[in-house]
Amino acid sequence: MDACVQQRDYTAKDYKSEVKPIWCPGCGDYSVLAAITRALAAMQLAPENVAVVSGIGCSSRIPAYTSVYGFHGVHGRALPVATGLKIARPDLTVLVTGGDGDGFSIGGNHFLHACRRNVDLTYIVMDNQVYGMTKGQASPTTEPDWEGSKLTPDGAGIESFHPLVVALAAGANFIARCSSSDPNNVADIITQAIRHPGFSLVQVLSPCVTFRPEQLEWKHMVRTAAVDVTEDAARAARRLMTDDGFNVGKVLYKGDRPAYQPEAKGAAAVADLEADFAL
Amino acid sequence: MSGQTVSLVMAGSGGAGVVTAGSLLLEAAARAGWYAYMTRSSGPQIRGGEAAVMIRLGTEPIASHDDRFHLLVGVDWQNVGRFAAEIPLGPESLIIGDPGEGETPEVFVRSGAQQIALPMKALAKKVPDGRPNMVAFGAIAGMIGLTEDVVLGVLRDSLKRKGEEAIAASIAAFRAGVEAAADFPAVPRLPAGKSDTSERWSITGNEATGMGALRGGVRFVAAYPITPATEVLEWLAPALPKVGGVLVQAEDELASINQIIGGSYGGVPSLTATSGPGLALMTESLGLAVAAEVPIVVIDVMRVGPSTGIATKSEQADLNIAVYGLHGDAPHLVLAPTSVADCLFTTQWAVHLAESLQTAAIVLTDQAMGQARAVMPRSAAVSFIGQREKPAVLAEGVQYKRYANTASGVSPMAIPGMAGYTYTADGLEHNETGTPSSQASDHQAQLDKRLRKLIGYNYGDHWADITGDQDADTAILTWGSSAGPAREALERLRAAGHAVKLVAVRLISPVQPEKFAEALKGVERVLVVEQSHSGQFHRYLRAQYDLPRQVKALHHPGPLAVRPGAIVEHITQWS
Repeated sequence: MDACVQQRDYTAKDYKSEVKPIWCPGCGDYSVLAAITRALAAMQLAPENVAVVSGIGCSSRIPAYTSVYGFHGVHGRALPVATGLKIARPDLTVLVTGGDGDGFSIGGNHFLHACRRNVDLTYIVMDNQVYGMTKGQASPTTEPDWEGSKLTPDGAGIESFHPLVVALAAGANFIARCSSSDPNNVADIITQAIRHPGFSLVQVLSPCVTFRPEQLEWKHMVRTAAVDVTEDAARAARRLMTDDGFNVGKVLYKGDRPAYQPEAKGAAAVADLEADFAL
Repeated sequence: MSGQTVSLVMAGSGGAGVVTAGSLLLEAAARAGWYAYMTRSSGPQIRGGEAAVMIRLGTEPIASHDDRFHLLVGVDWQNVGRFAAEIPLGPESLIIGDPGEGETPEVFVRSGAQQIALPMKALAKKVPDGRPNMVAFGAIAGMIGLTEDVVLGVLRDSLKRKGEEAIAASIAAFRAGVEAAADFPAVPRLPAGKSDTSERWSITGNEATGMGALRGGVRFVAAYPITPATEVLEWLAPALPKVGGVLVQAEDELASINQIIGGSYGGVPSLTATSGPGLALMTESLGLAVAAEVPIVVIDVMRVGPSTGIATKSEQADLNIAVYGLHGDAPHLVLAPTSVADCLFTTQWAVHLAESLQTAAIVLTDQAMGQARAVMPRSAAVSFIGQREKPAVLAEGVQYKRYANTASGVSPMAIPGMAGYTYTADGLEHNETGTPSSQASDHQAQLDKRLRKLIGYNYGDHWADITGDQDADTAILTWGSSAGPAREALERLRAAGHAVKLVAVRLISPVQPEKFAEALKGVERVLVVEQSHSGQFHRYLRAQYDLPRQVKALHHPGPLAVRPGAIVEHITQWS
């Protein structure tokens, strides 16, 4: 590797690029971007050894706004790209950023299998319960009676998806929820998520002030979860299934499964494999 | 086909053991110094369906099946009639059937072939633990002139795990077959083969594809199973870790292609293998690899389509989706091996080109080629190893431009871990640094550059296999596994005094107009040969190249293979 050892202290600014976000003023994603850069600074990770991978959506624009290696792919496929990258390059710290539509609708199958596969990734989902980039349609986490979309004027009519419960059932190794209204807490949770081995899910309630202006109230509705982290999946399940979605600021579950990382250690020459075909 | 050949089929219901017996026969023929080519056909059942092994043996390397089979052995006839169209016979053919297993199906009888009774089951019963497929093997071996010592060596080696009793039973059943067939009418007997077989391989097209990937430098593979591509992945699964690579099973084809895009973005040459339905799912992300300029290789082992089609049988009908299936203007590479052996070279070359040109390469093989086993000359190593251009050291304060608009169109590619070169790879249109851009000028510049790097590259002579008479006024144009029968047709035509040239195109896209014109210089008529219902290759050639005024197309859908005789007939009856 061409990486050279850096003898300097990184600040959050060192992880931010010059590119100006396309987000609306007041979007929760600004503070999540800030939190990511603070977390990387807290860990003093060299920017060249970090990659941020995303799909499509407002929050999926984050890679270009950082100064680490970035990958902005197609809608719903951020997790497979990150999985391939981490398995091929286990030396890198790989973060995945995206929204609720990208992760739980078009990318839903990858979400299940990323939890199950437990590759050492940190998945930060900015959940605003709406498709913002396409100007306001119901997402998997939208309430069934939300009538704000021209696509489903009478409401989506189907129950919303509970990402943390699904993540737990599918085998995620670290589950946390936080709110973009407290970026220092988000940075702290992301730091813990990166440090924890295996697949870590951080759900960040990140309001869409344009298409869900009522979410401006979220900052008054969230409360610090009155629980301590549990390593008991059954307890975590009960906790997640009974909360109202506004318990934030805490790691809600930590598992002890080892991360999946197939080893690439063999040193045979390709020519040695020709023996397979010899008569 | 230069040299002598003999063609035979063993067929039977599931459990009859025809695939086992066929594999043993192939192994014995290889040790006897003959070349061999074996394809399989099977019913749709997961296990225990009817199966047929079609084998051609010869004294020279074999490119294709013959027009007809000399010998069909039905260990039993249950549902075997379903294969009739794939097993052409004639009045000079022999059909061996077991009278205890019922009548020979009418479709075979109609060929006029001579029928011979061989009570395989009854003969096997006389041997403790004897099996009818071994009696069939014995009869065939005796008729084509395989010596007993070679066969016994194969039986001992391959049945070692089953113990001495199993070996003895197989040998006894085999001998019963040899003895019973001693007075049967003659089929071609091959002369003794070359005794030194150390420079020969027994390999399937799918294995050769896997080996080509490793020789090309692939060290990350994402896999989702699909017939008939799974064997490429299953061969690579244990092979990759031995050479320091990794294979991951993905949750679907959307994941497998995006995993290899991730692996390759990380600097590791990456590949996946699939068939038509999987390729269809991958097309969006193939466009991502093109736009973000991430080298990847996708093998499509084609099967009968559309939709699920006939999953176990071959067709050359994914050419259109491979060439035209991506949205937007997305120049990429499409390559096609022209034989089982060439699966190795073409895959290795595809990895080399994808890495050098930082784009997506699709390699089109097919079920017939992929699942065929050939005994062939060992494939010599060539020096194509994937080489990505890395960025030079940057001057102080200069920003790295990942998508620099270079003269060649290839922009030096940094990989994560390189300090000072961080960038974001993007499927969004972008400017030279990689920042998303919706400006017309950036779009134009990046489109130009992504096209320029492909059309400006020197592909050398590998774009096509050109054989036959240089000054011929007649040419056969073909691709993929249709090149095998075309080669044999060429030999027959030339032996009969016709001047003909064969152009088997390996680099389907980008097109090579100058080289194509040079290859067809002086050619006045062209026969286009392919295995697709709509003539996809013919239409592609018409759209992309200047063809002579006289053009005929020989094309039909799978699963029936193009036969050399049909090509010969088209040429000789062309007036």
